[in-house]
Amino acid sequence: MELLFAIAIGALTTSGVYLLLRARTFPVVMGLTLLSYGVNLFLFASGRLATGQQPVIGTTASYSDPLPQALVLTAIVIGFAMTAFLVVLSLRNLADNENDHVDGRREATTAASKVEQEVSSK
Amino acid sequence: MSLPLVVLLPFLGAIAAPLFAQGGRTAIAIASSVPALIALAALFPHWSVLSAGGTVLHTYEWLPVLGLSFSFRLDGLALLFALLILVIGLLVIIYSHYYLKASENVAKFYSLLLCFKGSMLGIVLSGNLLLMLIFWELTSLTSFLLISFWTHKQDARRGARMALAITGGGGLALLGGILLIGNIVGSFELDDVLAAGDQIKAHALYPVALTLVLLGAFTKSAQFPFHFWLPHAMQAPTPISAYLHSATMVKAGIFLMARLYPALAGTEQWFYMVSFTGMATLLLGAYIAMFKHDLKGLLAYSTVSHLGLITLLLGMGTQLAAVAAIFHVINHATFKASLFMAAGIIDHETGTRDMRRINGLWRYMPHTATLAMVAASSMAGVPLLNGFLSKEMFFAESLQLNLPGLWAWIPPIVATLAGIFAVAYSARFVHDVFFNGKPVDLPKFPPHEPPRYMKFPVEILVFACIMVGVFPTVSVGPLLYSAASATLGGDVPDYQLAILHGFNLPLLMSFLAFFGGLLMYTQRQRFFDFHAQLKEVDGKAVFEFAVSKIEDMARSFTKWLENGSLQRYAMLLVVSVIAVTIMPLAEHGFFIGENGLSPVDWPTGIAAGVLIIAALATALWHRERFYALVLLSVVGLIVALAFARFSAPDLAMTQLSVEVVTIVLLMLALYYMPSWTPMESSRSRRVRDVLIALAAGAGMTLITLAMLTQPFSSISEFFLENSKPGGGGTNVVNVILVDFRGFDTLGEITVLAIAALGIYAMLKNTALTPPPGDGLGHAWTRDHYPLMLRQIARPMLPLALMVSAYIFLRGHNLPGGGFIAGLITSVALILQYIASGMVWTEDRIPFRYHNVIGLGLLFATIAGAGSLAFGYPFLTTTFGYITWPVVGKFEVASALVFDLGVYLAVIGATLLALVSIGRLSPHSAIKSKMEGA
Repeated sequence: MELLFAIAIGALTTSGVYLLLRARTFPVVMGLTLLSYGVNLFLFASGRLATGQQPVIGTTASYSDPLPQALVLTAIVIGFAMTAFLVVLSLRNLADNENDHVDGRREATTAASKVEQEVSSK
Repeated sequence: MSLPLVVLLPFLGAIAAPLFAQGGRTAIAIASSVPALIALAALFPHWSVLSAGGTVLHTYEWLPVLGLSFSFRLDGLALLFALLILVIGLLVIIYSHYYLKASENVAKFYSLLLCFKGSMLGIVLSGNLLLMLIFWELTSLTSFLLISFWTHKQDARRGARMALAITGGGGLALLGGILLIGNIVGSFELDDVLAAGDQIKAHALYPVALTLVLLGAFTKSAQFPFHFWLPHAMQAPTPISAYLHSATMVKAGIFLMARLYPALAGTEQWFYMVSFTGMATLLLGAYIAMFKHDLKGLLAYSTVSHLGLITLLLGMGTQLAAVAAIFHVINHATFKASLFMAAGIIDHETGTRDMRRINGLWRYMPHTATLAMVAASSMAGVPLLNGFLSKEMFFAESLQLNLPGLWAWIPPIVATLAGIFAVAYSARFVHDVFFNGKPVDLPKFPPHEPPRYMKFPVEILVFACIMVGVFPTVSVGPLLYSAASATLGGDVPDYQLAILHGFNLPLLMSFLAFFGGLLMYTQRQRFFDFHAQLKEVDGKAVFEFAVSKIEDMARSFTKWLENGSLQRYAMLLVVSVIAVTIMPLAEHGFFIGENGLSPVDWPTGIAAGVLIIAALATALWHRERFYALVLLSVVGLIVALAFARFSAPDLAMTQLSVEVVTIVLLMLALYYMPSWTPMESSRSRRVRDVLIALAAGAGMTLITLAMLTQPFSSISEFFLENSKPGGGGTNVVNVILVDFRGFDTLGEITVLAIAALGIYAMLKNTALTPPPGDGLGHAWTRDHYPLMLRQIARPMLPLALMVSAYIFLRGHNLPGGGFIAGLITSVALILQYIASGMVWTEDRIPFRYHNVIGLGLLFATIAGAGSLAFGYPFLTTTFGYITWPVVGKFEVASALVFDLGVYLAVIGATLLALVSIGRLSPHSAIKSKMEGA
C-alpha cells in the first residue's frame, strides 16, 4: 500500500513538474494543480495511512492523526484560491498581451498566428 | 550605570546637536562638547579602583541565548583609550568650530562626529566581544559618512567607499574570529575570554581564529597590504583626519590586539604574523611618506608607518614591548593629531596642501610654525619630546628579539631605517613648509595666523608632547602602568620612564636615524629621482579595478540568470530543489523503514492505477486542453476518494467540492483561451523537461516511501484527548480548525479573501473577447442555457442549501463544518449561474459578494475577540448545550460563530472569483451589481 501511495505521489509530481515547465499559462496552471494534489497527499500521508479510523471521537477504537488532516483541509482551500488567482493572472495576461505565453510579453507573432503556423505545417 | 551612560551620551548628543542649529554654530559646538565633559566626570570616580589594578563591570542582559549582553567593562587599557577619545574629541570640536565654513552643514558634522565618538567608546568599553563588534561596525559606518562628508567631491565618495569596503570586510573576518573564540571559550564575555588564553591557544582552531581576528585588526589599523585605504580617507575634512584617522579609529585595531593580548599573544603564529606585518607596514609607510607632496598625504603615510611600529611592538611578544606599544599609542595620538590640525590650519590659510607651493610660511605664521615644528620633532624622535621616549624603547626592544643568526640583525636595521625615513619626512614637513624660500602661487595670499582659539587645541597637544617628554613619570606614569597592567593581565615588568637611559645601543641608533635622516633630506632630490623611476602600485587603482570587475561580473551574472524567461526560472527552481534533496536521498536510496509495507486491496489498487494513468495522461495530452482538463478532474476525484479511503472524511468532502469549483473555473478560463497549446519546445527541451520531471517524481516517491514506513509519534494525542472536554466537539479536525488552531484559520480565510479581492481588482476593467469557436473549427452551441439543466438546477438550490446547513451545523461533531458547507453552497449557486445565466442569477441575489467576504471576516474576528471581553485570550471558545424541539439536545459553541465566519468568507471568495471571470466576456452583457449600482 505504501509503495503504491508513494508511486501515485511520484506520478502526480512528475506530471505536475513537466507541465510546470511548459511555455503557456494553461498547462502551467494544470501542472500546479497536479503538483498541489501531490503535495496535499504527501502532507496527509505524514499522519500515516489508516483504514477506518476517522478522527471523530467515539466512532472507532483508535483514530488517525487529525493534525495533518486539518492542515491539508486549509491547504486545499488555499490551493484553490491560488489556482483561481493564477488563472485570472493568465487571463489578464491574455487580455493585455494578446497571447498566453508565460513570460508575459507582447510578441510579434501572437498565439493565434502560431497556432495557424502549427496547423498549416501539419 | 555610569559606563553605559558614557557610551550612550554621545549618541544622545548626536540626536540633540541638530536641535541647537537654530542657536548658531557656537551653540552647537558647546552642545556637542557636553557629552564628553559629562563622560569624563563619570569616568573620574573609577580611577581609584583602576589604579589598584581592578576593573569595573556593568552588565545587563540582552540576548543571553546568544551570549550577547550589554556588558561594559572599564580597566586601565579601556580608560586610556577612553581618555584619548574624549579629550582629543573635545579638542577636535573646538578646532572644527573654526575650521568649518559657515555655509557647511555643521549640525550634520557634529552629529556624525558624536555618533562616531559613541561607537568608539563602545569598542573600548565593551565587556562582551559581540557587543564590541557591533560598535566596531558602527565606527566603520560613521567613518564612511565622515570621509564622504563633502558629498559633492568624487574623491571623497570613492575614498569613503574604499575605507568602508576594507574595514567592513575586516569586520566580517573579525566576526568569524570572535565567533570561533566564543565557541572555544563558551562565552563572549571579555573576562572569560581573557582568562581562557591557554585554552584558546591550545585549541585546534586557534590559528584560524587568530588569523580572522588579525585580519579585522590589520584592516582597521591600515596595516600592509590593506594600508592603502587610509591615505585616500584623507579626503575627509581635516578635523576628521586628525580624530579618526590618526588618533582614534585607526587605533581600534591596535586596541583589539592589546585587548586580546592575554588571550591570543605569546605564540609563534602571533609573533610571525603580527611582527612581520608591522615591520612591513612600518618601513613601507615611512618610505612613501617621504615622497608625498601633499601635506596630509605625508601625515597619512607617516600614520601608517607609526601604526606599523605599534603593531610590530605588540607582535614582538615581550612584556616590555607591549608597554612600549601602549606608550607609543599615547604619544602618536598627541603629536599626530596636533600635526594634522596644523596642516588643516595651513590648508585653511593658504588654500592648498601642496608642499611644492607652500614654502617659507615662518614669516607669515610664526606661532603656528613653532607648534608644528615641536610636534614634528616629536614625530622624528627628538629628545625631550614624547616621541623620543617610546621610539627609544622601540629601538631597545628591536635588539632583544631572539631570532636565529643573522635574522637577529633585521629588526634593528629595519627600525633604524624607518627612523631615518621618519626624520627625513619630518624634516621635510618643517623645512619645506616653513622655510625653503618663498610661497609659490598660493590661492590665498598673503597667509596669516588663524583665529586665536583655532590654535588652542594644537597648543594643548603640543604641551602634552613636551610634558610627557620631560616628565614622563609624573604625567603619564600611572595611566601607562594601569593600561599596561590591563594589557598584560596584571603582569607588568620593571621599566623606567626616563629621559635618557645612558649611552647605549638604542641611543646610537637614534643618532644614526637623526643624522641619517637629515642627510637624506638634504639629498632628497636624488631619492625623488630614484623614486620616480619605480613603478608605483596604486592601491586605489587596484581597488577600483577590482570593484568595477566585480560589478561587471555581477551584472553579467544577473543578466544570465534573470533573462526574463519564466520557464527558465521554474526550471532552475525545480533543479535546485532536486540538487538539494539528492544528497540525503542518495545516501539512503530505496529505503523502507521498520514498519514495512502493508498489503494492497483490489479497489484501492485499481483506483491508484487510474490516478497514475490519468495524471500521466494529463501531461501527455496537455496540448489538447479540454481533454487534459477532463483527465485532471479524474485525478482530483480519485484524490478525494483516497482521502475517504484513508480515514479522512472531512478532507474527502472538501476535496470533492473544491474539485467541482476548480474544474468549473478552469472551464471558464478555457472559454477565453486558445483551446490547445502550440508545439513550441524543441525535442531536446522536452526530453530535458521529462528527465527533470522524472527526477522530481522519483525523489518524491522515495521520500514518501521512507516517511510512510517509519514509525512515528505525533503531538496529536493532545488534540484527541482535549477535543471533547476542551473544545466541546467530537470531530477533532474541525475542532482543531476552529478552536485549537483558530488563529491559523483566521489567517487562512483572510488570505482567501485577499485572493478573491485581488482577482476582482485585476479583472475590473478588463475585457476579453472569447474566440468564436474552440479553435478547431467547432462553433459554440447556440443553446445558451439548456432547458434540462435549468429545470433540475432550480429545485436543487434549496435542497443544496439545506444540505449545507446540515453539514455546517454538525461540523463540530461529525465530518463537515464551515469550509465544506461554504463550498457546497458555492457549488449550488454556481450551478444557477451555469444553468440560467449571469443576468437571471444576479437579479435574484440581493447582495454583493464583497460584503459577504467582509461579513465572514467580521464574524470570525468578533467570535475571537468576544473572549477578550471575558478576560480570556483571543479566540478562546466556550460551549454549552440547549435542547431544541424535534432536534433534541444540541450543542452550541462560540466556535460556531467563528465557523459561520469561515462559511461566509468561503462563499464570498469563491463566487467573487468565478463571477469576476464570467463577467469578462462582453457578450454576457450583464447589468452588474458588482460595480455597486
